[in-house]
Amino acid sequence: MTGVSDVSVSLLPRHPWTAFCVRRSARLVLSLGVVLTASFAMIRLVPGDPVRAALGVDAPPALVAARRHQLGLDQPFLAQYRHYLGGLLHGDMGASLITGTPVAELVRTRLPATLDIALPAFLVTLAVALPCGLVAAVHTRDGRRPRAELAFTAVTAGLASVPDFVLAAGLSALLAVGLELLPVAGTAGAESFVLPVLALSLAPTAVLARVVRVEALKVLAEDYMRTARGKRLSPARRYLRHAAPNMATAALTVAGSLLPAMIAGTVLVEKVFAWPGIGSAMAQSVVAQDYPVVQAMVLILGTTVLLAGLLVDGLLALLDPRSAIREM
Amino acid sequence: MTALTLCQVTVRYDGPHGPVTAVDGVSLDIPAGTTVGLVGESGSGKSSLARAVVGLTPLSGGRIILDGREVGGRTVRARRHLGRRVQVVFQDPDTALDPRMTVRQTLEEAATAFRRLDRRARSERVAGLLDLVGLDPRLADRLPRQLSGGQRQRVAITRALAVEPDVLIADEITSALDVSVQASVLNTIRRLQRQLGLSMLFIGHNLPAVCYVSDVVAVMHRGRIVETAPTTALLRDPQHPYTRALLTSVPILNAPPPGEPAAPALPALPALPALPDEKLS
Amino acid sequence: MSVPTRSRRSLPSSPLAWVAATMLASLVLLALAGPLVWGAAADRPDPSAVLQGPSAAHPFGTDNLGRDLLARVLTAARPSLLLALSATLLGAAGGVVLGASTAVVGPRTRRWLATLINLLLAFPALLVALFLAVVLGAGAGGALFALAVASVPGFARLAQTLAAGVSGTDYLAAARVLGLRRHRLLRRHVLPNIAEPLLLSTTMAAGTALVALAGLSFLGLGVQPPAYDWGQLLNQGLDRVYAQPLPALAPGLAILYAALTFQLLGEVLAGSAARRAHAPQSPPTAPLPATLPAPLPVPDGPAGDDHVLQDHVLQVEDLTIELPTPAGVIRPVRGVSLSLRAGEIVGLVGESGSGKSLTALALAGLLPEHARVGRRTHRLLGADLTAMTRKERHHHLATGLAVIFQNPASALNPSLRIATQLTEAIRTHRGASRTEAAAQAEAALRRVALPPSLLRSRPHQLSGGQRQRVMIASGLMVRPALIIADEPTTALDVTVQRQITELLSDVRRDTSAAVLFISHDVALVAGLCERVLVMYAGTVVESLPADRLATATRHPYTRALVESVPDLTADRDRPLRTVEGGPPDPLAPAAGCPFQPRCPHRRHRCAEDVPALTDLDPGHRVACWYPLPAPAKATAS
Ligand SMILES: Nc1ncnc2c1ncn2[C@@H]1O[C@H](COP(=O)(O)OP(=O)(O)OP(=O)(O)O)[C@@H](O)[C@H]1O
Ligand code: SF4
Ligand SMILES: [Mg+2]
Repeated sequence: MTGVSDVSVSLLPRHPWTAFCVRRSARLVLSLGVVLTASFAMIRLVPGDPVRAALGVDAPPALVAARRHQLGLDQPFLAQYRHYLGGLLHGDMGASLITGTPVAELVRTRLPATLDIALPAFLVTLAVALPCGLVAAVHTRDGRRPRAELAFTAVTAGLASVPDFVLAAGLSALLAVGLELLPVAGTAGAESFVLPVLALSLAPTAVLARVVRVEALKVLAEDYMRTARGKRLSPARRYLRHAAPNMATAALTVAGSLLPAMIAGTVLVEKVFAWPGIGSAMAQSVVAQDYPVVQAMVLILGTTVLLAGLLVDGLLALLDPRSAIREM
Repeated sequence: MTALTLCQVTVRYDGPHGPVTAVDGVSLDIPAGTTVGLVGESGSGKSSLARAVVGLTPLSGGRIILDGREVGGRTVRARRHLGRRVQVVFQDPDTALDPRMTVRQTLEEAATAFRRLDRRARSERVAGLLDLVGLDPRLADRLPRQLSGGQRQRVAITRALAVEPDVLIADEITSALDVSVQASVLNTIRRLQRQLGLSMLFIGHNLPAVCYVSDVVAVMHRGRIVETAPTTALLRDPQHPYTRALLTSVPILNAPPPGEPAAPALPALPALPALPDEKLS
Repeated sequence: MSVPTRSRRSLPSSPLAWVAATMLASLVLLALAGPLVWGAAADRPDPSAVLQGPSAAHPFGTDNLGRDLLARVLTAARPSLLLALSATLLGAAGGVVLGASTAVVGPRTRRWLATLINLLLAFPALLVALFLAVVLGAGAGGALFALAVASVPGFARLAQTLAAGVSGTDYLAAARVLGLRRHRLLRRHVLPNIAEPLLLSTTMAAGTALVALAGLSFLGLGVQPPAYDWGQLLNQGLDRVYAQPLPALAPGLAILYAALTFQLLGEVLAGSAARRAHAPQSPPTAPLPATLPAPLPVPDGPAGDDHVLQDHVLQVEDLTIELPTPAGVIRPVRGVSLSLRAGEIVGLVGESGSGKSLTALALAGLLPEHARVGRRTHRLLGADLTAMTRKERHHHLATGLAVIFQNPASALNPSLRIATQLTEAIRTHRGASRTEAAAQAEAALRRVALPPSLLRSRPHQLSGGQRQRVMIASGLMVRPALIIADEPTTALDVTVQRQITELLSDVRRDTSAAVLFISHDVALVAGLCERVLVMYAGTVVESLPADRLATATRHPYTRALVESVPDLTADRDRPLRTVEGGPPDPLAPAAGCPFQPRCPHRRHRCAEDVPALTDLDPGHRVACWYPLPAPAKATAS
C-alpha cells in the first residue's frame, strides 16, 4: 500500500528501483526505532520496581541500589535512553539481574540455536505447502472432485488450528517418550531438530497450502491459462511454466507474513523442548522477571522479524518488480 | 447564461515514475439547458475530469465556476454546496448502488440529503422520481441485485436527480450496457433534457451515443480538449486530425459492403499518432 | 432467486457445517454449565490422591493438590473462552474503526493511517502481546488487554482492504457527492458492506486469540493462580508429560478442540458467503413453471447438410452446450449450426450472455471441463473431430485453428516473454527447433506490423493494441485454416479497433484463412464481414449477408437490435428503438420462440412451437414463424 515516505513523494528519486529501496529502508529504520524504543521503555513501564521484583522483597537494599545504578534507572530519562543506545552500539545489552551474566553473551550463544530451528521450519513449510497447494488446486478446479476438496479443506483447517506449543507437548509425549523414537529435549544430533521443526512448521504449512490452492485456482481461471490450453501444451508445461510463476508472488507474500509468527512461536516451542534458544531464555526470564534479559530478547526477536520481512520484500521485488514496487 | 464553466482545470496524480497529468488545462462551458458531450478514448482523462468537477479528486490547477461563483475546496461544506447544484452518475452498473439498500432507501437518502421531508412527502417523491425516468414504481422495494443493468443505471440517474441539481454529469453511463439497454438509457436522457431543461456534461467513448444526446461535442485527447463544436458542425466538418481519425474509425451500420469505396463524405484515415499505453481513466 | 439462497443460508448445507455447529453448541454449553456442574469438584483438594494418573474416579488423573483434572479442564472452558472472545471483540472493534475510517477520511490522513497500520503489522501479534503482558504485569486483565491491542493491526488491515474495495465503488462516490457526512458514510455505506467478511475473520481470530491467551498463560503471564484456564493447566502439567501424558495433555486437547471449532466455523461461514456471492444476480423474471428442459429441436437444415462439405473449413451442426451451475443445469447454447468456407469472414453477433463465447470455446474444444457438449457434426478441414481420439483431436485443433480472445491484457501470460509465448505452440506441435521457431516468430511479428525486437519484452511493456497484435501473431504461428476472434477489439479504443480489424482482413486475404468474428457491435460486423449470424438466448435466430443487416433484416429481434444502435446521422428527435424486458432466464427456458416474451409480433403459435432456422431468400435464413416483410428496396435488388 504505502510506504512511510509517501507523504514526501516529491522528494523521492524518480527511478522506481531507487525509490523502492529508499522507501523500504525508511520503513525499516522507523520500525527499528519502534523496536528500540519499546524495548528501552519496557523496563521503565513495568509496574512497581523491576529490580525489587526480580531480586525479591528480602534482597538487601544495597544490592537493589547497585543493580538500579547498573541499569541506570537512577539517571534522568533522556540520559538513560542515550546510554541505552550507546551501549547497544558497543554490543552492551546490560546484564541479567539474577545471574549477572552479560545479556550479549546470552544472545551470542542462544540466537544461533533459535535460527537453527526457525529457518529449517520456514523452508520445510515452503517445500511442502507449495506443491501440495498446487496439486490440490489442479485436482479440485472448476468444482471437480468435491469430496477431495472437502477433505483438503477439513484436513488443513484441522492442522492449521493445532497450536504449536500444544503440538510440541503432544509430539514429545507421543514420539519421544511413548515410542522412544526421537530425543525429547536438547540439541543432541540431527534427530533432535525433527520435533521442534515439525511443531513450528505444521500449522503454517497447512495455512500456506490453503492460500496456495486458492491462489492457484485464481491463476488457473485466468485467460492466459485458457490461451495455453488453446495451444494444447502439455499439463506439465501449463502448470509449471505458465501457472507457477504467476502465483509465486502471492504465495511468497503470505509465506513472508508467516515467518514472523514462526519466529515468535519459538518462544513457546523452545520452552516445551527445553531448546537452548532465544525463546526459552525469554520464557524463563519472563517468569523470573529478569527484565534486562526480556528487554534484550524483545529487541532481538523484533529485529529478526523486521530483517526477515526485509528479506521477503527484497525477494518479492526481484521476482515481480512491478507489483512489489507498486505495493510500496 | 452559463451554468458551469471549467477554467484551465488540471488534474495530476502521483505515478511510480513521477506525477502524471491526467487532465491538462481543460476549459469548457456548459450553458444552462444544454448538453455538452465529451468524447475521448480510454486514458484520455475523461473520468478524472468528471471526478474533479464534483470534488472527488483534488484539482491541481484551474477553477470551476458555477453561475459566476467559484466553487471548490475539499471541506465537507464546500462539497455540500457543490453537491446541491452538481450531481454525477458513473459508469459501472454493478457498483452504482449500495447492494444493501433498496431502491427506495437509496432514493430517500438522496432526496433528504439537502432538505427535510416527512414520511408522506418522501414516498411521494420516490414514486415521482421513478415515474420521471420511466421505471415501474413497484421496483422501489427491490435490492440492486434484483435489477437489471439498465434499471440500475436508471436508478442511479434518479438518485442524482433527486437533489434537483442544475447540472448533471454522466460519466460513461452506458458503456457497460448492451445496445438495446443503452438505447433505453439514452432515450431517458433525451426525455429528461426536454422535461427538466437540465444542463449536462455527457461523457463517453462511443461517439454515436454521445452525439445522439449532445448539443455540443468536445473531443478530448491525452488530457487536452482538441476540438469543441456544435454536434452537427463537428460531424460535418471536423477540424482537428484526431477528431477526423475518430470519426473515420467509427463503424457505421449503413456503410457500403466491403470492397466498395468508403462513403465519400468522410475523409481518409490519417496516420495516427502513436497511442500511449492504455491507462484506466 | 434470492429466496432459495436465503433458505440455504439458514440450514447447514454440508457435513462440515453440521460438525462445526455441533462443536460450537458443545462449547457454548460447556462455558455456560461447566462451572456450575464441575466447579465444586474442580476445587476440591484430595491430599490422598495427589498427582495420580487416569483412573475410573479421575479419568484424566489429578493435579498436585489431588484435584480432579477432568473437572478442572471442563470448568476452565468458561474463563478460557470468555477471555478469548472479549480480547477478540475488543481488538476487532479497535481495528475496524481504525481500518474502515481509511475509506472516508482525506487522502493525507489515509496515508498516515495506512503507514501506521503497516508499521504495526510488521510485529507478530504474539510478540506484541508478550511485550504488553510483561509491561502490564502478569494477570488475566493484562493478558486480555495485551492480546486485544496485539490483534488491532490485523483487523485494521483487513478492514482497510475491505473498505478500500467499498471506497472504490461508484455508490460511495455518489454518496460523497450527495454531501453525506463522514460518520454517515461509514455507518450507512461502508460498515454494512464489509460486515460479513469481518464477521468471518473475527470467528477465525477468536480461535487464534484463544490459542494466544493459552500461550500467555502457559508462559505464566496470563491467568494467575488460584484462577486457572487451559493454558495455565497445560503449563502446570507439562513437567509430567513424560510420566503421565494424558493428564499433562488434556488441557492441550481442550485448546485444540476449541481452536478447531472456530476454524471450522469460519470455514463454513466463508463457504456460504462464497456460494451466495456466486448465486445468480440477474433480475427475477416473470414466474415460470419450472419445466424440464424440452428435448432440443433439431434445426431442419437444407438437405445435404449431413454430408461433408468439401470446401468448408469448419462445419458444425446442432451444437448444444450444458453447464452445471450451483442453481441447476443451464443450456446456454442450443442447436447452433454454422459452417465457414476457406477465406470467408463470418460475423457472429448477439448481446451479452447470448452464448457467443461459449460457441467459440466449443468450436475450439476449450470449454471448461465440466461442460457437456453435444453436436451432430464437428468437422475441421474436413476431418471429423467427434471420431478422433483425444490426442488426435488435440493435435488437429492445435494446428488447424487459432483463437483470439477479447481481452489482450489477460490473454497473454504476464510472466513469460513474448518469444516464449509465440514459439511454444510450434515447438510442441510442429517439432520446430529453437532457431526455426524464433525466425518464424520474427516473421509473424513483422506480419502484424510489430518490430521483432518485441520478442524479448514481456506483455506489460506493450500497449493494448500491440498486445492484440501479438495475440494475432501467436495465432498465425501455426498457420491456421480458421481464426476464431472472440470480441478481439471490445477492450480497445475505436481507432485501435479499426487497425486491428484491418489487420484481420489483410491476414485473411493473404493466408486465405477463414475468420469467425464474434462481436456485440452490429455496425462493426456489418462493415467487416460477408455473412452474419445473429444469436439470441443461445440460438441463431437469423443468418444473412452482411449488407442486408442495415435495412433488410427479417427477424423481429434483429430488426430491433439494429434500430437500437444510434449512428452518427441518427435523428436526435426520434427516440431509439428499445426492446422491453430482458433475455430469458437460462434456468427456466420457456417453450416456443425464445424471443416470444419480448416480441411485438408474437402470435399464438410462438408460445408453443420453436421456430426453426429456414431459408427465406438465398443466403438468408430466419428462425421466426412470422418474419417481418422485406423492405421494398431489398426485394428489388
Ligand atoms: N463457466 C460457466 N459456468 C456457468 N455458466 C456460464 C459459464 N460460462 C458462461 N455461462 C453462461 O452462459 C451464457 C452464455 O455465455 P457466453 O459467455 O457465451 O455469452 P456471450 O454471448 O459471449 O456474452 P458476452 O457478450 O458478455 O461475452 C450466459 O448466461 C453465461 O452466464
Ligand atoms: S416466432 Fe413469433 S415470437 Fe418469435 S420472433 Fe417470430 S414472431 Fe416473434
Ligand atoms: Mg463473450
